[in-house]
Amino acid sequence: MKILVCVKRVVDYNVKVRVKSDNTGVDIANVKMSMNPFDEIAVEEAVRLKEKGLVTEVIAVSCGVTQCQETLRTAMAIGADRAILVETPADLDLQPLAVAKILKALVDKEQPGLVILGKQAIDDDANQTGQMLAALADLPQATFASKVELAADKVSVTREIDGGLETLSLSLPAVITTDLRLNEPRYVTLPNIMKAKKKQLDTVKPEDLGVDVAPRLKTLKVTEPAKRGAGVKVADVAALVEKLKNEAKVI
Amino acid sequence: MTVLVIAEHDNTSIKVATQNAVTAAIACGGDVHVLVAGHNAGGAAQAAAQIAGVAKVIHADAQGLAHSLAENVAAQILAIASSYSHILFPATASGKNVAPRVAAKLDVAQISDITKVVSPDTFERPIYAGNAIATVQSSDAVKVITVRTTGFDAAAATGGSAAVEAAAEAAGAGKSSYVGSEIAKSDRPELTAAKIIVSGGRALGSKEKFDEVITPLADKLGAAIGASRAAVDAGYAPNDLQVGQTGKIVAPQLYIAAGISGAIQHLAGMKDSKVIVAINKDPEAPIFSVADYGLEADLFAALPEFAKTI
Repeated sequence: MKILVCVKRVVDYNVKVRVKSDNTGVDIANVKMSMNPFDEIAVEEAVRLKEKGLVTEVIAVSCGVTQCQETLRTAMAIGADRAILVETPADLDLQPLAVAKILKALVDKEQPGLVILGKQAIDDDANQTGQMLAALADLPQATFASKVELAADKVSVTREIDGGLETLSLSLPAVITTDLRLNEPRYVTLPNIMKAKKKQLDTVKPEDLGVDVAPRLKTLKVTEPAKRGAGVKVADVAALVEKLKNEAKVI
Repeated sequence: MTVLVIAEHDNTSIKVATQNAVTAAIACGGDVHVLVAGHNAGGAAQAAAQIAGVAKVIHADAQGLAHSLAENVAAQILAIASSYSHILFPATASGKNVAPRVAAKLDVAQISDITKVVSPDTFERPIYAGNAIATVQSSDAVKVITVRTTGFDAAAATGGSAAVEAAAEAAGAGKSSYVGSEIAKSDRPELTAAKIIVSGGRALGSKEKFDEVITPLADKLGAAIGASRAAVDAGYAPNDLQVGQTGKIVAPQLYIAAGISGAIQHLAGMKDSKVIVAINKDPEAPIFSVADYGLEADLFAALPEFAKTI
């Protein structure tokens, strides 16, 4: 069985982003970019399933600018066997529906038994692509996975839901999106980074796949969130309780 | 123009998140209908009909809808989707699971976690862990939206008198099935609906200490308990108590952050709280920059004293 795992290049999660002064977007020139943290978890899970002998090949996919190759090399250093970059122009606003359509075309072509994605990207915070891919490819979905048990024709997935956990059983092929607690992604080692450079990385264009990637949502402006007024430090617990009771009136 | 709200419910009652979504639906304009999809969910349908501002409740009752499987719920929504200009879901685990599936089947973009309705086709939503607010416009025929519940007041649970109409069952695909669930039992207010939240971080040091100092204060205040990702990952508190970008988004009247440094990802989940209190030993902790009241103190002394004083 093949696994398709989808990775996105995003602003590193430790970077505090700034809104551009003309309100057209967030300034991402010259900031550190990394693999979306949920996607690292997705790659790790795919590689672990391969290490257990349940999977024959792990294919990493990314959609976006040329530099996404670095993200794919990272995925291959973790253990993906080969990679596909669906390259789009730098000025294109690539949205979840378009990515889901690209992935659907790749699912048709590669026929994976399982597709694993992160639950959301930390830049657009959409949490849509996995579900949209499942819909377009008519596959069952298990989102927010914290445990995955793969068998020959079924996968059992424990999901994080409001209030606790839920377990589903899906027939294969299926789509899974990862939550934080699914696994602890491994660090890539230097020898594996070197080996990853020799692995196969194919580049295709959305047109080659027959997919229309035009954005559906227009971003009119991007602004700073409202700032909170400066707070005060209190000396002790008694002063804190007094303030909460009499000034803020919340207890 | 008619707006459909997908109800979040437990078969007998409606969850508050639905009422927040109804308020957003009213802001979109037009009649508001609510879909209650479930099994033996007559009670929930009756409760939905009482919500102020709801014109009609559509009740889909089928065995296949018992556990809100995305495939089956999406099929049920798609069966009636053509009558609506907007389809709104509360941005809960369940809403986020189903909404994109519906949008993709309709070949429209989905708009996640809206915090404001600017006009029927224009919405505000936070991006980059809440560090920027994007105003987006949709030209799609149907707007499929998830509603950040803390962005909208809850519509009144009573005062409405909508008619309840039964919907024909739509067949699911049968490719997924429900195996079981473990729901944490709790007498406390639900985290996302609580007026006061006491939240603990890594500085608590152990599950025992977490329970020992956080619980009595929460009990005294009638508060819900939250946790940072560090505390959850270390096993001090269960996953579903995590507050942050990837956990619950909360906006209580009072949020007490104890032993939480205040990473960007945590702030994304709580910085819309009305009053924020930070209790931390480290005067440099970023949490102090958003706190209305900061107390630099050892939380193992401060929290018990807090609980005793009130």
